[in-house]
Amino acid sequence: MKTAPSFMDRKDLLALAVLAAILLIAFPVLLDGFRLNLVGKYLTYAFVAVGLVLCWGYGGILSLGQGVFFALGGYGMAMYLKLEASSVENTKIQSTPGIPDFMDWNQLTELPWFWQPFHSLPLTILLILLVPAFFAFVIGSAMFKRRVSGVYFAIITQAIAAIATILIIGQQGYTGGVNGITDLRTLHGWDIRTDSAKFILYFVNVALLLAVVCFAMFVRDSKLGRILVAMREKEDRVRFSGYSVANFQIFVFCLAGVFSAIGGAMFTLQVGFMSPSLVGIVPSIEMVIFTAVGGRLSIFGAIYGALAVNFAKTSLSESFPELWLLGLGGLFIAVVLVFPNGLAGIWRDYVQPSIDRAFKLRSKDPADPGHDVAKQASTLPAE
Amino acid sequence: MTTIGTPAKDYLLAVEALTVSFDGFKAVNDLSFYVDENEIRVIIGPNGAGKTTVLDLICGKTKATNGSIRFRGAELTKMSESQIVLSGVGRKFQTPSIYDDLTIFENLEISYPKGRSVWGALTFKRDQAVKDRVEEVAEIIFLKDKLHERAAFLSHGQKQWLEIGMLLIQDPELLMLDEPVAGMSVSERVKTAELLNTIIKNRSVLVIEHDMKFVEDIAHKVTVLHQGKILSEGSMQKVKTDPKVVEVYLGH
Repeated sequence: MKTAPSFMDRKDLLALAVLAAILLIAFPVLLDGFRLNLVGKYLTYAFVAVGLVLCWGYGGILSLGQGVFFALGGYGMAMYLKLEASSVENTKIQSTPGIPDFMDWNQLTELPWFWQPFHSLPLTILLILLVPAFFAFVIGSAMFKRRVSGVYFAIITQAIAAIATILIIGQQGYTGGVNGITDLRTLHGWDIRTDSAKFILYFVNVALLLAVVCFAMFVRDSKLGRILVAMREKEDRVRFSGYSVANFQIFVFCLAGVFSAIGGAMFTLQVGFMSPSLVGIVPSIEMVIFTAVGGRLSIFGAIYGALAVNFAKTSLSESFPELWLLGLGGLFIAVVLVFPNGLAGIWRDYVQPSIDRAFKLRSKDPADPGHDVAKQASTLPAE
Repeated sequence: MTTIGTPAKDYLLAVEALTVSFDGFKAVNDLSFYVDENEIRVIIGPNGAGKTTVLDLICGKTKATNGSIRFRGAELTKMSESQIVLSGVGRKFQTPSIYDDLTIFENLEISYPKGRSVWGALTFKRDQAVKDRVEEVAEIIFLKDKLHERAAFLSHGQKQWLEIGMLLIQDPELLMLDEPVAGMSVSERVKTAELLNTIIKNRSVLVIEHDMKFVEDIAHKVTVLHQGKILSEGSMQKVKTDPKVVEVYLGH
């Protein structure tokens, strides 16, 4: 196979191994518990970024509302944890014991119906995956079947993010309002606040991320991945080649939504709360910036992008809190103007060639350059 | 053969009383024509005559205001674009419509008639049959030695050929071509005529073209459109001598 971007070829395996080594060995060895937990938090955004690579980078569908799906996953997990933390013994001082504290403060006397399924962990996990998929399906069907795309789609998703935030804040009794859902303690009886739990959750998070990466690579290297690129370029040609373009757009949008939701659920577990400030317009746009900085056509780039921007955010806002947003804006402009393919583009254009050259000089191995060119052209098309 | 009246069942394509109006402007006005099996029909006419609109209507890109389009007895005006393609109608656009970021191989592979659903595309296997077919078509469209290059690097003429190849691999019963030789060099034109003569076997073709030499070479029958209506129809010889056609083309 000298042509196809075949699934899991040598280059992909190498990239996957390097990523796994960094996340599973280097970070746990080098970082203390606090910093490792921070990295875990950053990596929950990498789920969103990987979804955006497929949806935006490959499919050309820019969603400025991925925070909504992050929220659906995050709140789903938070609702389960909150119910477990709100046992009758824990809440006996409330006027209605056994319901979450914020409901009691808001004069609710009964658990709302949509909270009921979150008593069960298996149901919660199922809903964390299904609810975002369903929402993405509804939004996607409503828009893609009507041929809404490009900027209009981006604006509408942004509006949905705004609506979601307003809804969460407004319905305080059901959602915890602006404070979000806090004071989460145990997962199925296992205390998630301890250092050892956080350590274990970090590894669960990384394992899930690697699984998502593998699945994303599978999609990218299937014919569906090539149809996504084709749709981005000439939507009508794909349509008049016998494909229902809307169905493919809905699929990739749902997939990105589910990835985001997994990230959101892992965020709640590792950080210990979920609030509307994490899901609105600004966080949704930040997620797009992580992807752009990493390289919107590179699954691995998006992960490094999420890590790098968040590292910068933490260290910059520790020392110059007021400068961070300016820095982020400047970064985005720089990405758009100077390096449109992000970190992955820089790697491919500058770092990789010199590594290849050094490697070739040493081993005198006449590697097949045609293969690399073909592979790069099809997996990392220059825009 | 009459052009008006009840169509016999054996017409491949029957367009009847087709009308489309854009904000009151009738781009196609009460148009009727019939295409036989294995017929090569060329539509000519001055700019704005509604030629491209007719193709848009047949392939479902534009929805008709009135009238019917039947293909093998099935009503196309009620189908979605992809259903129309699946029923056997292929369309080439005026400007080359190909995927720049994919290789020639991948461009052709996408038009291979298999794995067109989401699930089908995810599980699609590039087996030997696909590879053989893609190579076979690439040979016909003169691009065999460029299979693994990105389509962006092709010349204008080669891009036109690639899109024709994409239709060829799709294997439609009715092939619609919108100005296939526009913008081509003389030598490319000759090669394209040769290419079209290979691919029109065993199918009907509907072509829009301005190049009269080219039209004479390939047309079985010519339909002249003017202001959304048929001005004249018949053999090239008949149409050329029709005073109405002469007037429209040569002006006052």
